[in-house]
Amino acid sequence: MAEQTSIVKCLVWDLDNTLWQGTLLEDGDVKLPDSVSELITELDSRGILQSVASKNDHDQAWKQLEALGVAEYFVLPRIGWGPKSDSVREIADELNFALDTIAFVDDQPAERAEVEFHLPEVRCYDAERLPEFAALPEFSPATVTVDSRRRRQMYQAGFLRKSAEAEFQGPSDDFLRSLELEMHIGRATEDELSRVEELTLRTSQMNATGVHYSISDLRTLLADPRHEVLVTMLTDRFGPHGAVGLQLLEKHAGVWNLKLLATSCRVVSFGAGSVILGWLADQAAHAGVHLVADFRRTERNRMMEIAYRLAGFTDEPCDCRAGLPAPAQEDIQRLHLLPAPCAPPPTMKLHTVSLQGA
Amino acid sequence: MSQDLATTAEGIEQAVTAFVSKRVGADVPADQDLFESGLVSSLFAMELVVHLEQAFSVQILGDDLKRDNFRSVQAMTALVLRLNGAEQPADA
Repeated sequence: MAEQTSIVKCLVWDLDNTLWQGTLLEDGDVKLPDSVSELITELDSRGILQSVASKNDHDQAWKQLEALGVAEYFVLPRIGWGPKSDSVREIADELNFALDTIAFVDDQPAERAEVEFHLPEVRCYDAERLPEFAALPEFSPATVTVDSRRRRQMYQAGFLRKSAEAEFQGPSDDFLRSLELEMHIGRATEDELSRVEELTLRTSQMNATGVHYSISDLRTLLADPRHEVLVTMLTDRFGPHGAVGLQLLEKHAGVWNLKLLATSCRVVSFGAGSVILGWLADQAAHAGVHLVADFRRTERNRMMEIAYRLAGFTDEPCDCRAGLPAPAQEDIQRLHLLPAPCAPPPTMKLHTVSLQGA
Repeated sequence: MSQDLATTAEGIEQAVTAFVSKRVGADVPADQDLFESGLVSSLFAMELVVHLEQAFSVQILGDDLKRDNFRSVQAMTALVLRLNGAEQPADA
């Protein structure tokens, strides 16, 4: 506590004319400066959490953050019409952070004054100072570890669970069953290709290799009999989630190579990745082939590695890898599974194609 | 935050037992096979990984993420003890 400059653990952003340029509800169109987008990713990589306190229409503002490609960086956003001091206090409480570890940035002096008045421990900054942030000591932790780089992910995983189960008492599987989830896995159609391409772009958290496939790459693979381009759709009793997963499989004589598995982070809490891997293992077992999955560790796909490992994929050597062409990138690991028939998941209904023979 | 818990086998076992029992809503003996008994799904296993890392300040990487290490409270306790005892977390 007696440190000269204590490190900020969470930065809370205003949106209009702070994070983005423009006023969403008036201008309709707002712009995210490159410098701000770089600052967001930089702070994230330093393990500083980021949140939002904005007076705005919640759905519209969140949609805008998604469209700008930065929504995933924010935890516990508070977008509404209440006082910002309440929002900041709620964020700190939920995170279980002391108020003196929270920073707040807003272009409006009145908003900063309101927060300062009620929460004097919170450090408030004028949006004009954003260009200096990356160099300020309070935003510069002495050490940045693997852990700090994935801090946001760990928090998000916890929130997903918490919010989904807030109302539900009992084992998580019972909760999932109560959602009446149905998963459809099928071969991609031309129409689905653009959504699928988006999945490889946007699902950085749950992308096994971080490799981006363009529409034309995918179209080519769709026409290639050796490749399977599979799309996963999910619905529950509240309605459809749409396309939530993409699997790219290259079939060889004794081994199937899963070159890409990407799932939307919205469905992590449903265990979608594990269900897909279980189904693939079952298909491979029935086809009498081994499974080899390409994996490249990125800063953000750790949950995917965990899903692979828990599904039984290992680094163990196997001759089947020798039959595969070299991976697209040098740093791609090939995780191996000797597949066994796998019972359907207890938590959802599966409707799938058969991969044998085709 | 759980430095004191992370030091002894008993402390770790108690903390893990408490977490698992609370989540599955039943008493869980330390040697019970959680997967076989259906108490733990793949999804909950992922959560266990994140929980153990946070609660005991360890990193669980690579082949250490295999299911067997999460099969029972005992297995998880042994894993945490081993990772805590290591001078340097294996980073590969």
